[in-house]
Amino acid sequence: MDIPRYWRLKNQRYRLQGKKCLDCGNLSFPPRLVCRKCKSRNCEPYEFKGMGTLYSYTTIFQAPDRFDQMAPYMVGLIDLEEGVRITAQLTDVLPDDVQIGMKLEMVIRQIYEDGPKGPILYGYKFRPVLKF
Amino acid sequence: MREVAIVGLGQTPVREHWESNLRDLAVTALRDAMEDAGVDTVDGVCVGNMLSGALSEQEHLGSLIVDYAGLDGVEGMKIEAACGSGAAAIRMAVKAVSSGLMDAVGVVGVEKLTEYSGKYSTAALATAADADYETTMGLSFVGINALLMRRYLYEYKLQKEDFSIFPVNAHKNAVHNPNAMFRHAITNEQYAKSKLIADPINLLDSSPIADGAAAVIVVAKENISRYKGKAVDILACEVGTDTLAIDNREDPLWLRGVERSAKKAYYVSGLSPKDINIFEAHDAFSIITALSLEASGFTEKGNAIKFAERANIGINGTFPMNTSGGLKGRGHPVGATGVYQVVEAAQQLRGTVASPIQVENNKIAMAQNIGGSGATVITTILKQI
Repeated sequence: MDIPRYWRLKNQRYRLQGKKCLDCGNLSFPPRLVCRKCKSRNCEPYEFKGMGTLYSYTTIFQAPDRFDQMAPYMVGLIDLEEGVRITAQLTDVLPDDVQIGMKLEMVIRQIYEDGPKGPILYGYKFRPVLKF
Repeated sequence: MREVAIVGLGQTPVREHWESNLRDLAVTALRDAMEDAGVDTVDGVCVGNMLSGALSEQEHLGSLIVDYAGLDGVEGMKIEAACGSGAAAIRMAVKAVSSGLMDAVGVVGVEKLTEYSGKYSTAALATAADADYETTMGLSFVGINALLMRRYLYEYKLQKEDFSIFPVNAHKNAVHNPNAMFRHAITNEQYAKSKLIADPINLLDSSPIADGAAAVIVVAKENISRYKGKAVDILACEVGTDTLAIDNREDPLWLRGVERSAKKAYYVSGLSPKDINIFEAHDAFSIITALSLEASGFTEKGNAIKFAERANIGINGTFPMNTSGGLKGRGHPVGATGVYQVVEAAQQLRGTVASPIQVENNKIAMAQNIGGSGATVITTILKQI
């Protein structure tokens, strides 16, 4: 059970917190200690809005053991509005309704349950933008 | 810097070796390679392996294998670069010999993936990806490749069935390789109907989980007359890297690790893609074969399938690929795979493979071993002596 990892990553999992380089303005997610563009270490936390479009997706039928009970489920690559791409599960949508280029928004969902007595771990997933 | 050559080859069949443990597989391949080279010891041993800790509860492979191989006291260490571990170990041996630090280095790639059931191996293999941001999202290693394949189909307006050319060729060649796991041909129809693993990747796009070990003996070219085995020149063995996570790549369909590794290998060898007679591609998944052909400079971006159709990748074609079955047909014991590729390419140049898969008039062979989804890439170019 990787409780320390989930605790450590809470700002990423719940708030999409990455980094902004104070020297060149480059944004990164996941957060990095060294700016990929200008190699500066002068970076501060930056929260992404969680809005994006779908770059690619897959439905996983054979899953790693921890996710075995949840299969099949969908995972996508999402291009965030701020120009950064991230990996996340897709939720609240059926495989036939998913298309590359569709608009998505971040939501907090259960990532997995560590057995009947273990903790439930939460984090970001993406769903189609709700229309009102 | 000294020029280097291979003078000994060894390999076990790729199988589900339930009766053999990790060390016996490694020792068999290593001692076979030493016998082929005509040596009873080496100056060092490089062990390529990815998952001994996760799946056999065994690390510290260097000294373990050195001991069981009867090389008491010899220096040995494990080299890990996910599915690229095998060729990464060859790279380390090449550095040791070309620098003059050692005269003869044994390289053995070994992997045992069948100690546990498939879902555990699936989880272990996924450690090649970014643990904090890819795998803890539920992404399997097949899933990462599926994301690439889906986008490839979308950008180049292809049908999934177009990819069958690669696994059909690999299986056709594996029939004649006694060490291959799948010695049977497959058809386009079987490919089209195959079970989905991570949509759009199906079972016949995917190389199988397997056990095996392969070994080579790397020596200085100036000393090859001292050894019994027929020498094959290592013109280049070069590494290129890229981000672990595919979402951190500007264009995930362009494998920069492949481009960097191949360009270095061409530069060091003084060759270009058109000089390569045989290509052993890292066909862990059909999509990776396509991306590798493009970023290695054999064809332009998005054109790999057309290139493969036009060039004819069969044994008698103008660009024979995966002549011993590749990862798909021979099997993919991950940390051993890069060494199998080089052993098979060297066998081709020695002219010792079964006649139906022996490529005539081949002088230069290239093998490319890819770790993860392109984060560590090792391109090796061999030449007949």
